[in-house]
Amino acid sequence: MDGVHDLGGRHGLGAINPEPDEPVFHYDWERSILVMFPAMAMAGAFNLDQFRSGMEQIPPAEYLQATYYEHWLHSMIHYGTEAGIIDPEDLQRRTQHYLENPQESAPKAAKPDMVATLEQLIPTGDDYRRETDAPAKYDVGDTVRVLPQVSTTHTRRAGYVRGRVGEVVAAHGAYVYPDSNALGLGEDPHHLYTVRFTSQELWGDEPGAANSVVHIDLWEPYLTSA
Amino acid sequence: MSLEHDHSAPGKDDLIAARVKALEAILVEKGLIGSDAIDYMSSVYENEVGPQLGAKVTARAWVDADFKARLLADATAACKELGIGGMQGEEMIVLENTDEVHNIVVCTLCSCYPWPVLGLPPNWYKYPAYRSRAVRDPRGVMAEFGFELPESVEIRVWDSSAELRYWVLPERPEGTDGFSEEQLAALVTRDSLIGVTAALSPDAVTAEV
Repeated sequence: MDGVHDLGGRHGLGAINPEPDEPVFHYDWERSILVMFPAMAMAGAFNLDQFRSGMEQIPPAEYLQATYYEHWLHSMIHYGTEAGIIDPEDLQRRTQHYLENPQESAPKAAKPDMVATLEQLIPTGDDYRRETDAPAKYDVGDTVRVLPQVSTTHTRRAGYVRGRVGEVVAAHGAYVYPDSNALGLGEDPHHLYTVRFTSQELWGDEPGAANSVVHIDLWEPYLTSA
Repeated sequence: MSLEHDHSAPGKDDLIAARVKALEAILVEKGLIGSDAIDYMSSVYENEVGPQLGAKVTARAWVDADFKARLLADATAACKELGIGGMQGEEMIVLENTDEVHNIVVCTLCSCYPWPVLGLPPNWYKYPAYRSRAVRDPRGVMAEFGFELPESVEIRVWDSSAELRYWVLPERPEGTDGFSEEQLAALVTRDSLIGVTAALSPDAVTAEV
């Protein structure tokens, strides 16, 4: 999707403004939403690629203005509704209640099995690498061009490299293919490569990119020989 | 004030807080989340998993050439030796800075970040300015962090578009001969592991004491 989330190389988005001594959480609700991610994924509401796809469906002006966890909230409500976990009218009614009673907390209940699952999951994570019989089409050192077309659905084929020529610098084996997985079409593993682009190829002689290269990870269907 | 911090709509923070509570209430009632799980996981990233772990790995690499070789060959396995690894860093790749090469990491499409060694990302890493500029204007971005490199140093930008998680092994600062791993780790900042700055010089640290 050629959306506003695809930010690499865009102009006009201002200064970085790092916050000195930034806390891990700025609001108490950020603690809750962090943990809703594994909770809703375990409930089958979304996979990781669907979750990212949900954030890309935020209206563009809102996407640029919202905080990151608001992006999360948007995606959770989108997929939670689709999965039948959330009734939007119920969510709205409850939201109004907490707006009118801001001192009231959400109800508390323990779920020791989820704590046990997280104790396992946090130090191990998930595995996205998949075995495949398909041979890798490209080798390290090959010159490739990123195909210019793009779907209107989720992809990691970033706009700033589409149509550009780079060199394969690593071949990683096959991984879950986000373009299919985000649509619920299965994992559809494809070979993944790290491709290096010169700043000259991407940005000509712009001074901010002088003597620089950009690497990005690209799946085989994004590429063609050049 | 930057665009992304401008909550100009009145009560916007209140509305989000209320909506998250509403969603939390639904998930709690349906038995899909536990309050103890929220406390547990948020506490892990607030108190245990953060940039101090990346600093520990870096200090070890600075004093132990064999460990450094293993870290650059297979960062996931080397970090595991120190009990470090997991979610959002299942496969990590470490990029070595030298006199000739400086690396910097970004995720232009969302906010992929190596949680096991850096914790949760700071806001600036997630917001549009950094994500748009790091690939196109890396020298300008670093300058905003007070860090400038001669043009003779090649900048290598790494855009984390898949599930591989990149982070930077900064150069060991001068004037640190004989430093303990603990002293060295104190010089390694989150920003130096992302690559927007170098590690601190020992002078900068003693000046603060």
